[in-house]
Amino acid sequence: MLDSQAAVPTSSHEDIHSPALLHHFATEEQQRNASSFGMWIFLATEVMFFGGLFCSYLIYRLWYFGDFGAASKSIDATLGATNTAVLICSSLTVVLAIWGAQIANRKLMIGSLILTMLFGLAFLGIKGKEYKDKFEEHHVPGASFSFEKVPIPGHPDQYANPRHAQIFFALYFIMTGLHALHMVVGLGIFTWLLTMAWKGRFTPEYHTPLEVGGLYWHFVDIVWIYLFPLLYLIDRHP
Amino acid sequence: MATALAAPVERENYLNKEYGVASWLLTTDHKRIALLYLISITFFFFIGGFFALLIRLELLTPAGDLVQADTYNKLFTMHGQVMVFFFLIPSIPAVLGNFLIPIMIGAKDLAFPRINLLSWYLYIIAGIMMLHCMLTGGVDTGWTFYTPFSTAFSNTKVIEAGLAIFVSGFSSILTGLNFVVTVHRMRAPGMTWSRLPLFVWSHYATSIIQILGTPVIAITLVLVVAERALHLGIFDPKLGGDPLLFQHLFWFYSHPAVYIMILPSMGVISEIIPCFSRKRIFGYHFVALSSLAIAVFGFLVWAHHMFVAGISVYAALIFSLLSYSVAVPSAVKVFNWTATMYKGSIHYDAPMLYAYGFLGLFTMGGLTGLFLAALGIDVHVTDTYFVIAHFHYIMVGGAVMGYLGGLHFWWPKISGKLYPEGWARLAALIVFIGFNLTFFPQFILGYLGMPRRYFQYPGEFQVLNVLSTAGATVLGVGYLLPMIYFLWSMRYGKPAPDNPWKAAGLEWQTQSPPTTFNFEQEPVVTWEAYNYDEIDTGHKEEAHVVG
Amino acid sequence: MSDHAKSPVKSYFAVWGALLLGTYLTYKAAFIELGAFNSAVALIIATTKALLVALFFMHLKGASEKLLKLVVISTIFFLFILMALSMADYATRWWS
Repeated sequence: MLDSQAAVPTSSHEDIHSPALLHHFATEEQQRNASSFGMWIFLATEVMFFGGLFCSYLIYRLWYFGDFGAASKSIDATLGATNTAVLICSSLTVVLAIWGAQIANRKLMIGSLILTMLFGLAFLGIKGKEYKDKFEEHHVPGASFSFEKVPIPGHPDQYANPRHAQIFFALYFIMTGLHALHMVVGLGIFTWLLTMAWKGRFTPEYHTPLEVGGLYWHFVDIVWIYLFPLLYLIDRHP
Repeated sequence: MATALAAPVERENYLNKEYGVASWLLTTDHKRIALLYLISITFFFFIGGFFALLIRLELLTPAGDLVQADTYNKLFTMHGQVMVFFFLIPSIPAVLGNFLIPIMIGAKDLAFPRINLLSWYLYIIAGIMMLHCMLTGGVDTGWTFYTPFSTAFSNTKVIEAGLAIFVSGFSSILTGLNFVVTVHRMRAPGMTWSRLPLFVWSHYATSIIQILGTPVIAITLVLVVAERALHLGIFDPKLGGDPLLFQHLFWFYSHPAVYIMILPSMGVISEIIPCFSRKRIFGYHFVALSSLAIAVFGFLVWAHHMFVAGISVYAALIFSLLSYSVAVPSAVKVFNWTATMYKGSIHYDAPMLYAYGFLGLFTMGGLTGLFLAALGIDVHVTDTYFVIAHFHYIMVGGAVMGYLGGLHFWWPKISGKLYPEGWARLAALIVFIGFNLTFFPQFILGYLGMPRRYFQYPGEFQVLNVLSTAGATVLGVGYLLPMIYFLWSMRYGKPAPDNPWKAAGLEWQTQSPPTTFNFEQEPVVTWEAYNYDEIDTGHKEEAHVVG
Repeated sequence: MSDHAKSPVKSYFAVWGALLLGTYLTYKAAFIELGAFNSAVALIIATTKALLVALFFMHLKGASEKLLKLVVISTIFFLFILMALSMADYATRWWS
């Protein structure tokens, strides 16, 4: 860092400690606790960030249940379920990577990190396929949106209101798009973690960035755990 | 050893440790970052004040003759946005909080110094975006961005302004995050929760609001931008969307935001009053917990901004009832401050004058808030100058007075210089007079029916408007004076002793100005907060932290 | 955190299995007619999965202080307030 970290006047830093210990912390444990707590609070902000979208979704789903059901039926639940499984597997590989660091098993740590990222890429790939399908079916809100003559589930004689369906798709794209953006950021974070791991920076005593990055990744998984049933499975029964 | 005399040779401190632009722009020292914020928010205060000046000039005459209607819409919008997001919300936390919190708890810095610097850069980026927006046409939606005007009909730079505020929101969130982790994890040995200065408690409560509330306005602005730019409409009535949904989401943050603006100021007052009454604060735990109560209750009342917007009358009843509850913890504080002064030994230095001003003006603002919480009254005075007067009494009479009082109180610590006390007392008096002349007539105007956000009005309201504009001029002079003499004092002021006010608190046991790492050795706290009885009778234990 | 009484790997795989099972159950239950309970079942399973991830993968269960749990509970509480008090408006708007 470019501030005067080198000129620490206190005398208590003569003892051996990890080079990762920042000067304003007294102990490594304090630093680790602070970093972890900081990430949890950041995740709290993320809950509220997505929460505004979930609140909007809740209101419109109650208002336009039939129309939302029709719109939901048109997105691919199998792809959604697959993506859910993919993310669940990626969360497993994240904890395995941390475990690898804790027992100094470099192969396990690095292999798990790579797998996590592969799962993440797979998720984005499947999502891309879904978006492509929606684009081709003219379900993207805007000038070319079209949702004519789609029956409401359970009421084959009634058609869904295209305007209300457009609200569903607006929320679908914003919520899954924001989630995908968080996945991309997560992949960036894990690229950095993988680089650090490859360079041997993590030990059983110090692997805080892995823990903190892992917390973020699990949170993104939890958001999807809610998005999947809410968006894909509204009114599927015949 | 604690000295009452200033050292003849300038000691090494955080200001003179390193010179050069890079040492400031790349600093992670919380004290330097606080000064970076001080300069930036003062700049935006001028901008917001400039818009206020134009508003008041227009309102000198009943006709709309200074600016066009569309321009006037932009003026009050930009005044609100700049003052709320770029001045009031950061002011005390980013300047005084950043500077003092680590020292008050006995730490070397905040938990995340680099994130602290990032917060400032996000604020600057947001500020540049907002400036660009203003210079290339501005926004005219009101600072409240109501849909569908902002999403579908306004021809101004809504997207840019929305994105600027989005970025500034993250600056605020990161500051709050930093403070919470710092208070939990970085307290020195012996600094228990019950010994924390109330300034720290109030910033802790503020940070909770910043963490939980700001993300909601962030996502709301994303939705507005998405609706406007990509036509992904969910607030659009043409699609069956509900414009009121925007208001629910907007006010869910923006009401707690007003507590972000006032709580830190209350923290300052809680430090000033005991010092200048030479008495322990009355009811320490009540004051501490009332800060948390304000933070929690503040989240339960947002729809009192929407009483006439079209929400259900049953919801309005619930929110009206809840809005009364939030006044209780604020009143608790006022009672405790008053009780602190009772039988105290009062000293009328400038910080105390600002504290007195705060007490009176905040009380008036708070009580008129109760008028507005009453559904029946609100129907008549909402969207009139009554509301404007109410919130300016709290924001300006409360928050800004607290900010100025705090700047004066801690100026010797921050700069190592004493400001001229005579001028400071005069400035406090001018601010108080100017403020009341500006905003009291507005209560009457609102009660008589003058709507807000209008640039022309019936002739019978002119006298009150002229009084208000005259007051604004006086108020402006009152604000200019401290800017001048603070700057003057940095060069010509008397060197300040380490504890000119003989105040309690760890910050007064460091150098004036402090060294970069605040303490030579980590202090160990063995005394209670606000131990003025011990200080004044000489039985105080010291932390032996100053070399 | 480098000393463990026993390896947590078994519990990780158990949670992983439970999460996949929950996903399968959610998917299948959506195709059965349960009326109003469809939403409830979906949310209950989703919440259970989220809790499993939070408690075991994010190590909330073993956290020494109550602080982290307090952060999580407070956040969920305020999100609940946002939804519940908004619903106070939306649910009653057409009563009169």
